[in-house]
Amino acid sequence: MGLMKRHWQRRHFVEAFMISMMRVSLFIVSAALGLILWIVVVRGLPAISWDMVTKIPEGGYYMGKGGGILNAILGSLYLASGGTFLAMIFSVPIAMYLKTYLGDSKWGHYVRLSLDVLWGIPSIVYGAFGFTLMIALGIRSSLLAGIIILALIELPIMTRAMDEVIRRMPVDLEHAALALGSTKFEVALRVVTRQMLPGITTAILLGFGRGIGDAASVLFTAGYTDRIPTSLMRPTASLPLAVFFQLGSPYPEVQQRGYAAALILTIIVLAVSLGSRWLSARLNKYTIK
Amino acid sequence: MNQMDSTNTPQSINKTTGRLSRPVVASRTRQNNFAQRTFFIFTLLPVLLILVVAIALFVRSWPILNAYPLYDLLFGKVWKPTNGQFGFLPFIAGTFWVTAVGILLAVPACLLVSIYLAEYAHARTRSIAKPILDLLAAIPPVVYGVWGLLAIVPFVDKVLAPLSDRWLDSVSIFSVNQPTGFGILAAGIVLAVMIAPLIIAVMYEIFSTVPNDLRHASLAVGATRLQTIRNIVLPQVAPGILAAIVLGASRALGETIAVLMVVGNIPQMPTSIFDSAYPLPALIANNYGEMMSIPLYDAALLSAALVLLVVILIFNILSMLVIQRMLRRKWV
Repeated sequence: MGLMKRHWQRRHFVEAFMISMMRVSLFIVSAALGLILWIVVVRGLPAISWDMVTKIPEGGYYMGKGGGILNAILGSLYLASGGTFLAMIFSVPIAMYLKTYLGDSKWGHYVRLSLDVLWGIPSIVYGAFGFTLMIALGIRSSLLAGIIILALIELPIMTRAMDEVIRRMPVDLEHAALALGSTKFEVALRVVTRQMLPGITTAILLGFGRGIGDAASVLFTAGYTDRIPTSLMRPTASLPLAVFFQLGSPYPEVQQRGYAAALILTIIVLAVSLGSRWLSARLNKYTIK
Repeated sequence: MNQMDSTNTPQSINKTTGRLSRPVVASRTRQNNFAQRTFFIFTLLPVLLILVVAIALFVRSWPILNAYPLYDLLFGKVWKPTNGQFGFLPFIAGTFWVTAVGILLAVPACLLVSIYLAEYAHARTRSIAKPILDLLAAIPPVVYGVWGLLAIVPFVDKVLAPLSDRWLDSVSIFSVNQPTGFGILAAGIVLAVMIAPLIIAVMYEIFSTVPNDLRHASLAVGATRLQTIRNIVLPQVAPGILAAIVLGASRALGETIAVLMVVGNIPQMPTSIFDSAYPLPALIANNYGEMMSIPLYDAALLSAALVLLVVILIFNILSMLVIQRMLRRKWV
């Protein structure tokens, strides 16, 4: 090596230049994340208080008087957990069916394609669809309508997340179970489910994170209210809309609270995202690869 | 005995004339068949859902599609619902401008980042970059909107607009007509950051499908890595790269809240990236309140959602078909 002195040509300079451009691009993308978090923390932190997270809006709240956004925090948690629960009821069987019965067949290919396409439909279209459903069924905007629409939005995300995990399961495991005489359903229930556990937890957290941050669909279906919902048929507030509406206010105090609400939402979403990373790493230890 | 029975009851006819040794279906098999059928119905759900969404929106927007020719709706320039004028062109143009700016800003950086991660980066760099991109993808749209409002709009207003005013004023798409910071450029920057994680992830996956043998062959005859990428890897994955960009565009088309917060929302035909615009999703989200008070207004807004859905479905299906084909490609 020492004998050969590298002869630098134009192409080597071009390569060095391009590599530095790539590093700069990667830095810009990472810096964007840092900048977003920094802005939200710097503007949100001064406005956050104990009242914000423990009280519902009091009279004159939207003119800068006392109260908090407990209604939106709880509303968002209800909406996202309900939606995730409903989506899970449907996505677990679909993921199992894709693995055990369809595999890499043509029909399996179509189902995966349609899930990916569903994933790409924007939430505003789901919201508009929810609106048409509500007119057709005669329901007013309510927690239930919001949960149903969020479940539809989360369904493809959760199913694909499970599918991606379970696809990596070794075929030998399935073959071993089948060779012992078990039916495909028993394979799905006893073998695939266990292997799918890290996938299910990742999917739940992924779906929850997506559901809690979604604004456009909830705008149509769940409405907004200052009260904490007591029944499924009542409208409910949500954090993204609390951010959105409060930022639209002309009062600086209210805008400040909008930033605080954004900070709370960001903290929840980041905790969920990091939690899913940690949890799936832990649970992955117990699967056979 | 048999004959007697067969003459008496219809049941016993079956016993004698039917299959004598009818196989006993084990309860486990029955359970399996039942589960298979149930699971199958569940699996129909996502396939049907696409159709149901499209049909529901179509039925609801039928009154306006019936009342006006499609051409007038899509290419009409006047939006005055109270006068019964529903021209979508300003909104379609707004959607197009915002998406185009977002894509143009995002694609070069995404391409460079994904090439870097797939071809150059150490495993450690990758393991740092992945969570960063995941977090970026996890941040809710409304938080992106807050960031746009607090950082990007002032940045456009105080830095980019004066710069462009000074140096690029003669170029019409860079001229500053409405100096507020709110507008297409601000929305495009926010969108570019929002769609970057998706585009990078898809491009990275596609770069990873190219077998290393091809790279080694090129490197062995003395090409630099960059030459290998440009002459060997990129031609192999070009359709996939294009599909990733189209997929990113379809995400940008439908983005609502973040764009709504920074784009200015003035229904006009934009001529410059510093102009305000009013994309279709923002139109739907902003006016859902008075939807039912003006005749045909709800049908108009839902037909806007239908237009959006159809365009996004086409983009999505085309790009997904290409991407899935690339990912399943068999290399000999």
